[in-house]
This record gives sequence, C-alpha cells and structure tokens, in this order.
Amino acid sequence: MVLAAEESLRLDANLVDYALVAAYFAVVLLIGFAARSRVSDSLDFFLSGRSLPAWVTGLAFISANLGAVEIIGMSANGAQFGMATFHYFWIGAVPAMLFLGVVMMPFYYGSKVRSVPEFMRRRFGTGAHLVNALSFALAQVLIAGINLYLLATVVNALLGWPQWISLIVAAAVVLSYITLGGLSAAIYNEVLQFFVIVAALLPLTLIGLNRVGGVGGLIDSIRDGGNENDLSSWPASDLTSIDNPVLSVIGIVFGLGFVLSFGYWTTNFVEVQRAMATKSMSAARSTPIIGSFPKMFIPFIVIVPGMIAAVLVNEVQELKAGGDPGVTYNDSILLLIRDVLPNGLLGVAIAGLLASFMAGMAANISAFNTVFSYDLWQQYVKKDRPDEYYLKVGRLATVGATVTAIFTALIAAGFDNLMDYLQTLFGFFNAPLFATFILGMFWKRMTPTAGWAGLVSGTLAAVLVWSLSEVGVIGLEGQGASFVAAGAAFVVDIAVSVAVSMVTAPKPVSELAGLVYSETPKEVRTDPDAHELPWYQSPTKLAGISLVLVIALNLIFR
Amino acid sequence: MSTPSNGQDPGEAPATGGRHTAGAYDVRVVIAALIGLYGVVLVVLGIVDYGAAEAAKTGGVNANLWAGIGMLVFALVFVAWTRLRPVVVEGGEAVEDPTGGADTAGR
Repeated sequence: MVLAAEESLRLDANLVDYALVAAYFAVVLLIGFAARSRVSDSLDFFLSGRSLPAWVTGLAFISANLGAVEIIGMSANGAQFGMATFHYFWIGAVPAMLFLGVVMMPFYYGSKVRSVPEFMRRRFGTGAHLVNALSFALAQVLIAGINLYLLATVVNALLGWPQWISLIVAAAVVLSYITLGGLSAAIYNEVLQFFVIVAALLPLTLIGLNRVGGVGGLIDSIRDGGNENDLSSWPASDLTSIDNPVLSVIGIVFGLGFVLSFGYWTTNFVEVQRAMATKSMSAARSTPIIGSFPKMFIPFIVIVPGMIAAVLVNEVQELKAGGDPGVTYNDSILLLIRDVLPNGLLGVAIAGLLASFMAGMAANISAFNTVFSYDLWQQYVKKDRPDEYYLKVGRLATVGATVTAIFTALIAAGFDNLMDYLQTLFGFFNAPLFATFILGMFWKRMTPTAGWAGLVSGTLAAVLVWSLSEVGVIGLEGQGASFVAAGAAFVVDIAVSVAVSMVTAPKPVSELAGLVYSETPKEVRTDPDAHELPWYQSPTKLAGISLVLVIALNLIFR
Repeated sequence: MSTPSNGQDPGEAPATGGRHTAGAYDVRVVIAALIGLYGVVLVVLGIVDYGAAEAAKTGGVNANLWAGIGMLVFALVFVAWTRLRPVVVEGGEAVEDPTGGADTAGR
C-alpha cells in the first residue's frame, strides 16, 4: 500500500486548474447528451462510425491505447530503465501495427469478424469460445483495476484523501461517465483526448528539459548519476534482467517484439474496431498504419519526462540510488508535474490524465459487459430471452465489474512498476490467444479440440514460468520474466495445437470460408479501387515509409 | 457520388438527407474549441500571473504564455483545415451502422 505517498505527492491545484478540468468533462458530457438525443445527422455520422476519414480512426486507434498504462507505466519505465523503454514503441508496437494493417486487416475487414470470441466460436466451436470469453473477461477486470488504481492515485494527489476513499470515488466517477453516455461517443472522445494529452505532455517535456539544461544537460546529469546504462537502448539488460546481452536481445525481439506485441495489437478488438469504422478496405488498412506515425513519436513525450524526473525530482533520484523515499516509479510523472508545471498548465495536465485513465477503464468495463452478457450469459446460461433482458444483465455486469475493479486495483497497488504487472497479464492472456488465432487463421487442418487445448496449455505454460521466476527458480524478474513467459506460452500453445490436431478431426472445409485465409475468396480480402489511390492513401506505401522511419529511430537512439 | 438518400432512411435520424458538411459537429471543430479555450486561459494567466514562484518551477520561462500561444495557433490551424477540407455527410450514409453501434465499441 502506498499511503506514505500522500504527503509528498500533493498537487497544488487552484480554481483555474479545476475549471480547465471541468471544461473538458463538460465537453465530453455535452457530446454524450447530444449523441443520446440524436440532435444532428452530422453527429450521428461521427458516432455511428460509418465512413470516417482514416486520420480520425488512426488517432482513435492510438488514443484507445494511450491510457494510464502508456503514460504512467512508460514514464515509470523511463525513470527506472531509461532509453531501453523505447523498445516498447519501436520494437513492441510499430512493427505489429504495420503487420496488422498490411496482412491482417484485409482479412478482418473482408470476413467481418466482429470480436475475438466471435472468431473463436465460428472457427473452433464452443470449447475455445468459452475458454477465450472467460479469460478475456478476467483480463478486462484486472486491467480495469490498473486504470482505477491510477485514477485513484491522481484523485489522491489532488485531494489527499486516503487510498480506499479515492478508489471508491474514482469508481463512482467512472460509473457515471459510462451511464451518462461518455462511451457512446467513444471514437469522438478518443480523438479529443489525444490532443488534450499532447497539450499536457509536450509542454511538460519541454519545460522539464529546460530545467535540466536541455538534452545535453539531461545526458550529463544521467551520466553524473552513474546511470550510463540508461543512455543506450540495447541490449536492455536492466529492463529484461537477462545479463547475457545476446539472450537479452532475443528476449526483446521474440518475447516483446513478436509474441507480446503481435498478440496485443492483432487480437485487441478495442482497437481493431476503430479500423472497422472506415468506409473502405484501404482506409481500414491505413488506420493502424497512420496511427503508427504518432505512435513512434509518443515516447519522446512519455519516456523522456520519466528520464527527466529521474534526475530532477528528489524522491525519484533517491529511489534510483536505492533509497526508500516513500514513492514508487509509478509516481514519476506526477512528481515531475508537481515540480515543473505552473497553475494553468497543471489543470491541462490533470484533465489529460483523468481523461485517459477514465476512458481506458470505461473501455475495459464495457468490453467486459459485452462479453459477459452476450458471450457468456446468453450463450451458456439463459438463452433466447428478449433484448431488454440482456441489456439489464449488461447493466448489472457494469456495476459488478466496477465494484470488482476496486479490489483488483489493490492488486495493482502492490506493484512498484506497473509495466511488470501489465506485461505479466499480457503474457498469460494475449500470448496464447495470438498463437491460437494465427494458427487457426492460416492452417485449415487445426481442429476444434486443438483450439481450446492450445489456449489452456499456453496460459498454463505462462503461469508456470511466472511462478518459477517468482519463487526464484529461474533467475529473472520484472519484465524479462514476462517476455520469457509470453514466449513459452506461444511455443507451448503452437506445439500442443499441432499435436492435438494430428489426432482429432478437423472441421469440414466448407465451414471455414471467411475464417481461414486460404478458404476466404480473394475478392473478399482486396479493395478493387486500391490502385487508384494517391501514395498518401495507399496502405502499403505508407507502411513502407513508417518502417523506414522506425528503423531510422532505432538506429539513431541505439 | 450522387446518393439521392432517404430511400432507406429508417426515420429515426433527422430527415435532412442529401450532402452537406458536418459543420459544428466535425470533431476538428470540437478539438479546436477546447484547445483554443485552454489557449486563451493560459495566455491570460501567463500575462497576469507570472511571478517568481512560476519562474522557479519552469526554469525562467513563461510557460503558460508560450503554451497558450501554441494552443491558439493549433486551434486556428484546425479551424482552417476544417474550412478548407470539410467532412461531407451523405444523408442516408450516417444511419446505416453494420457494427450495431456503441454496444460493440469495447470489443
């Protein structure tokens, strides 16, 4: 528990700051009300998510991911490990986003699969569907706990209330946000939120750099503090806690860059849904690719503030030197905000942070709600009831999930660096899912039994590796352990799926159209007008430019 | 590109139909309004409330003023962009929603 943080972590917000925060929420609520009363078909146009321009969906795509985890977790990582954190963006995100746009999106958009559990049910039947729906629901409640915990941290820093009161207040705020229609305008809000967050973090970074004497001053201070390792991104031994540089690089490239990142970006339907809201196949493919451009520059306003905090903020300096100042790395960016932002900009920063945490948690809760009422309750408990019945179940599920999140937030509170926790969860849930998904998509021989057996054994493998590293049998800790756990989950899932497929009966090929790549007609997967588009609307050309840029960034900041 | 619209309009949307620009509901207008408001407030703060305490925090830069100016410039660019390249809404288009709307938004 971090009650000790109360005293040092106090943001001195004044009336102007609160007014700026209130202005943001007024706009969000107004959009919510306007959306519910359907005042304009122009608004309907943006909300129904039909034929949106690709830059809008591209930003929403990034923004749906630019939540608590990204801002707090990545700045915590920046403070603790320095430049190695860049891997989460340039190795662990951009390549997978490009892969999603170039290879996977034509399949999603063409076959009109609407969710991962839906794909599992159609491809493998109810066994894999049940396993996937349960683990998805559990993952959402656990991740909602992270968002809620961070939201409560901000409330605590603002008002100084004890953690448990902050948690309950934050949960109440999120519930009212969902009920008042904040979610019905999800894409709209995400785009708005993106700009508010940039408006908060860009000045924070620039002022912070000014305080430490520019980029040169930052580098010198880090060196003087004896943290030379923070200034290079390879081989990232501190981040992975793998001492052997070759193995550490393999851990980053295979564990983070391939399994975790491809697993996250290609199966995360909170994000894929954003791309489905476009008018053409080409625009859908462009969505993650356009998103990759802001994504590759976000680390400069998220990780760099963490690194600045590590040399500028007394408490974080002490923490890095091995002391116990009563804060954790998760507090880095809030402490930097406290130290460098004057009233006014402080309000903008608080608005941006609250907005992103709240939207993140609301998205988790609503995803849980949908899977619980339709994939679990309707499918396995009470079939064939009228729609109102499932809406009522959904509302109860929303309240239930929010209350549960208060308790999962307490789990999150136990981690010094939330990235450790989040990557562990991804290793348990996303890595096996990705393995089953990709194998089922490209190998028509894979059987229904292999579907659920692979998922279960993959998750068990990740849990086993994690447990072994927790009790110290494998000499790994933190994010290195989760990279290895994810890699193990992937390999075991594939091996078990192949083995089980060999001895069980596959589905007839006629039932696999639209679900397996080779059985999906080419016309369904391609855009007939693609060759007429100018280069800046062509997904593959944009992806090429993005790839060159991200390789250049990797080389410059090695 | 000429959709006569309204043929399949289920009637729950305002019966405007035809092609028109998204106007005030264009997301860029909302972004420009909010960031512009922040810009005005910050510029005013930077002028009337910049003293030793603020300078100590920022390292001698009037951060509110400069950030405010930056936000105002950004807001103006967005307004100009909206004027030059408006988003066009076609009457029948906006009401057909194959995804079933917000219920699936979280999935």
